[in-house]
Amino acid sequence: MNERIIEKLRGQFPSSLEGTNEFRGDLTLQIKRDDIVRVCEFLKADAELAFDMVIDLCGVDMYRPEGRYEVIYNLYSLKNKKYLRLKVLVDEDNAVIDSVTGVWAGANWHERETYDMFGLKFAGHPDLRRMYMPEEYEYHPLRKDFPTMGIPDSIPLPRR
Amino acid sequence: MAIRTLEEPKKSQILTALEDQDTTVTIDDSLENEMVLNMGPQHPATHGVLRLLVRLNGEIVMACVPELGYLHRGYEKIAEGSTYHEFIPHTDRLDYLSPISNNVGYVLAVEKLLGMEVPARAQYIRVLCCEMSRIASHLVAVGSMGMDVGALTVLLWTFREREKILDIYDVLCGARFTTSYTRIGGLQQDWTAQCTAMLTRFLDEFKEDLGEVEKLLSHNRIFVDRCENVGYISRENAIAMGMTGPILRASGVARDLRQDNPYLVYPELDFNVITLTEGDALARFYLRIAEMKESAKLLRQALQKLPQGPVNANEARRVLPRKERVYTKMEELIQDFMIVNMGVDPPVGEIYQGIESSKGELGFYIVSDGTGHPWRMKIRAPSMVNLSAIPIMCKGAMISDIVAIIGSIDPVMGEADK
Repeated sequence: MNERIIEKLRGQFPSSLEGTNEFRGDLTLQIKRDDIVRVCEFLKADAELAFDMVIDLCGVDMYRPEGRYEVIYNLYSLKNKKYLRLKVLVDEDNAVIDSVTGVWAGANWHERETYDMFGLKFAGHPDLRRMYMPEEYEYHPLRKDFPTMGIPDSIPLPRR
Repeated sequence: MAIRTLEEPKKSQILTALEDQDTTVTIDDSLENEMVLNMGPQHPATHGVLRLLVRLNGEIVMACVPELGYLHRGYEKIAEGSTYHEFIPHTDRLDYLSPISNNVGYVLAVEKLLGMEVPARAQYIRVLCCEMSRIASHLVAVGSMGMDVGALTVLLWTFREREKILDIYDVLCGARFTTSYTRIGGLQQDWTAQCTAMLTRFLDEFKEDLGEVEKLLSHNRIFVDRCENVGYISRENAIAMGMTGPILRASGVARDLRQDNPYLVYPELDFNVITLTEGDALARFYLRIAEMKESAKLLRQALQKLPQGPVNANEARRVLPRKERVYTKMEELIQDFMIVNMGVDPPVGEIYQGIESSKGELGFYIVSDGTGHPWRMKIRAPSMVNLSAIPIMCKGAMISDIVAIIGSIDPVMGEADK
C-alpha cells in the first residue's frame, strides 16, 4: 500500500514530493509547502486512496536554520484503514502555510492550536484565534526558545 | 474592547458583562433581537471547565462558540523536558475518567518507537485494564448525561458500579485514580488472584445492575424526548470533522481501532463493533450502553485466556527492574540509575500510535532525536476533536438541549485542554 501511495503521488505531482521515509511501518511524505492544499485535495478525492479524515495536525519546532518548523498532517483513510503522515517544512522568517480547512473541516481547531503553540500562520483559515492561551499573549509556548518554566509576568493576573 | 459589532449598537447589560479581558468575541452583524449568553467555565453541565458563548434568538441557539484552555497545563511542553518514564504519571491526568487506558496508550506509543514486544500476559492485563476503564468511563458518561437532563438517580447508580472498578484499580496498583500502572516494556505489578475474584464478582453483578439503569432510562419518555433528534451530526459531517469513538459510531461509521488497526491482543478476542445510524444524543447513549456490554464480554474472555508468565519484557536496558532487586543487587541498581537518569535509548525517528480509548482515538505522536527525552510529543486528544463539533450540533437547538449535547459528547477537559 505504501508503495502505491508514493507511486500515485509521484505520477500526479512529480515536483511536490520532496522525500519519503518509512519508520516502524509509518509512512511519512515530505511535501513542498506551496503544494500542500493541492496534494491534500488529491489524497481526499482519489477514489482508491480516499484519505477522508484528518486525525491530527500539529507543528514541530526542529530549531534549525533552514526549515525550522514542520507541520505534520496525520491522515486516515476509512476505506483502506490506513494512516498517512505528511510533513511540510516552514521557514522561520516566512512562517505561513495554506490552510487545509477547505479540504477537511476538522482541521480547523488543529490549525488554531498549531498557530497558538508555534505562531505559524495558516492562510485562508476562517477563524485563526488562539486555542488555549489568552488572545493577548505574545509568546508561543511550544517553540524551543520558550522556557518550560514560563516567562514571569507574561500573563496579567485578574484585578482584585 | 472585547466584543465588536460592525454597527456598534447600544450595548445591553449582558454584552457589557461579557466584556472582560478574557473574552474575545467578534460578532459580524448587529444583534437585533438576539442575545449572547455565556455558559461556563464554572457550570455544572459543562463537565469541567468548558466555556460556551451562545448566541440566542429567544430560546433557539443561533450559534455557539466553544472556548478552551481553562485547564491548559502544557503537557506537551512538560513531555519535552522529562524522560519517557517520567511522563507516565502525567498521562493519568489527561482523561482522568479512564486513567489506565491513557497509560496503556502512551506506553504502546513508546514501545512502538523502541520496537519492543511485551509478554503476552502483560498484553492481556493491559486489555483487561483498558476495558475496565472503558466501562468506568461510560458509566460516568451515561450517569452524568442522565443527570444533565434531570434523572439524578441514574448518576448515583452508575457511580456505585464505577466504585467497584476503582476498588479493583486500588488492589491492582495502589491508586484509584492516578494509577500510573503501566511501565515501558511491561507493568508496575502483576495481576493477582484477588483482582480476578473482584472482577468476576463485578461482572456477575454488572449485567443486572446495568439492566436497572436501562430500565430507568432507555424507555423513559422524558429522557427519550429530551435526547431524541438532539445534537444531530450526519455521517458526512462526523467524518469531515474527524470525530472518533462513540460519536462517530453513533453516526453510522463502524470505525473502531481495536478492529481496524489492532493493537495488544484484540485480534484474539471476539467482540462486535456497535454502530447506530441516528447520530443524535439518544443514539450515543444507547451506543455506550451496548459498548459496556461488549466490554464485559471482552473482560470475561480476557480473564479466561489470561496466560501465565512474566509481565515485563526481558530487556534490562529499557525496562525498570523490580524495586526489591534494586535495593539488593548491584547490576539492577546500575540499570535503575541509568534508566531513571538517562532514560531509555530510542532510535531517531517519529511514530504515531493511536488506541481506541473510551472517548475516541487517543493518539501519541512522538518525534525522537535519539536521546532519553522526546523532542516533541503531540497528544491527539479525542475530547478536544469531538468538542469541535459542538457548533454544528448546537445550531438550531433549544438552549436546554445544550446540556444534553455536552453530556452526549462526554468531554473530559483534562484531555481537551492538555
